[in-house]
Amino acid sequence: MNRFLVLAPAWVWLAVFQLLPLLIVLAVSLGEPSEGIPPVAFRLSGASYATIADVFYLRALAQSLRVAGVASLACLLIGYPMALAIARASARRRPLLLTLVILPFWTGFLLRLTAWVGLLKDGGWLDTALGAVGLPPAHLLYTPAAVYLGITYCYLPFMVLPLYARLTRREIALEEAAADLGASPWRVFATVTLPLSIPGVIAGLLLVFIPAMGEYVIPELLGGPGVETIGRVLWSEFFDNRDWPTASALATVLTVALVLPAAAWQWRQGRR
Amino acid sequence: MRAVLLLGYAFLYLPLALMAVYGFNDSRLLTVWTGFSWRWYAALWNDGQVVGAALLSLRIAAVSATLATCLGACAGVALARFGRFRGRGAFAGVLAIPLVIPDVVAGLSLLLLFVAAGVQRGAVTVTLAHAGFTLAYVAVVVQARLADTGMDLEEAAADLGAPPWRVFASVTLPLMTPALVSGWLLAFTLSLDDLVVASFTSGPGATTLPMVLFSQLHLGPTPEVFALATVVLAIVLAALLDAWLLRPRVRVAGVRTAA
Repeated sequence: MNRFLVLAPAWVWLAVFQLLPLLIVLAVSLGEPSEGIPPVAFRLSGASYATIADVFYLRALAQSLRVAGVASLACLLIGYPMALAIARASARRRPLLLTLVILPFWTGFLLRLTAWVGLLKDGGWLDTALGAVGLPPAHLLYTPAAVYLGITYCYLPFMVLPLYARLTRREIALEEAAADLGASPWRVFATVTLPLSIPGVIAGLLLVFIPAMGEYVIPELLGGPGVETIGRVLWSEFFDNRDWPTASALATVLTVALVLPAAAWQWRQGRR
Repeated sequence: MRAVLLLGYAFLYLPLALMAVYGFNDSRLLTVWTGFSWRWYAALWNDGQVVGAALLSLRIAAVSATLATCLGACAGVALARFGRFRGRGAFAGVLAIPLVIPDVVAGLSLLLLFVAAGVQRGAVTVTLAHAGFTLAYVAVVVQARLADTGMDLEEAAADLGAPPWRVFASVTLPLMTPALVSGWLLAFTLSLDDLVVASFTSGPGATTLPMVLFSQLHLGPTPEVFALATVVLAIVLAALLDAWLLRPRVRVAGVRTAA
């Protein structure tokens, strides 16, 4: 088959819809806001980068790091035992158990978030349940905790899938050898299963952390004004302030911050 | 082990179950039960804005998933079958960009592209943008499938004298069909679910379902959203059940599919 015929359309598409847009973002980030349409004046200026070196934006960046960090660890804590339990279930039941993990993902992101609004809002389902056992209401909606819960809930499948893939491939012989030699189940887990599953842990953490870092919708709907993440700041610079250069500068910084570590990890994987 | 799974699935399904129940609530309030009623399903049926947006979203998702599957298959085949061709590293890197950049960045960059090109924004630009960010997922699925199956069968066909196009059409293509199907479904789902990229790249007159839902969530949702969620859940369950029941027949036909 002619390789050129396969590669050329893919290359053209990637150049136009992937590389060129990012270069335009870089160009716009070096421009200045103006009154025209589009609201950008192209003159090589670092003004927008000076703007985002402000405490406000740095705080948003820290907020995003915290949200993504907490959510990916929470996904790991819930997802690892689940992936392990599914991997150890009988081969006949595994497809069903795995499908049950992915199914909520097919029911629509915004619809699932509405359920969380219903759960967490004042007087919502959670407060009703707490009241029934005599506890005070939790007031969780529009707090960082609501954002952690929402992201953990929405991204859990992305943690379970790579972990499951890794844990089903596990070296059963090694585990059996360790057990035969008298290691307790905990010891087998800590010295054999866990170390062997580390690549799956890293893949899962990246799959949750990266999108969570730029997440706009969940902090916007569940976080209230207190949780100003970088995704929300970028959105409001663009849509509310019509400051395209500042939005583009934020996008550039975010892209570099996420692409470099991912590329380094990919490169290391490729060398193994 | 069993307790872990029960807790995990309870976390995943409790919100969905509550939604399904409260879709039948008679009250305007989201979470205060006053009695059973079909009124929100009736409201949903008569809600021209939601139904129109859902149809538009389905159309955009179908077209963009098809486009993404064609191009993503090319990319996946190139990565799995062309060996170490010139520019492979750059190709793989550029291809993977959408997997690493947040959707606010993807949306902003594609919007700036359309503005720079002077294109009128609407359903077409959203479709192109969705194909752009879902293509990478299709390529990953296709590449993984081809890497898994190995090249033995293709080499055998070539040794027996099949010309390259014949090898592709009667060996490679059937081998990657399951990946094309799951890649298309993944692209379709991602497109249907996307709010951020669509908000950036859409124009007046092209409001997708997530955009409508998002503005309703901002204004304070009614249980109509729960009714919609229940309908979507029912459709997904029906499709899964159908796939489940169809599985044995596919096996008999001699095509081994990845479960």
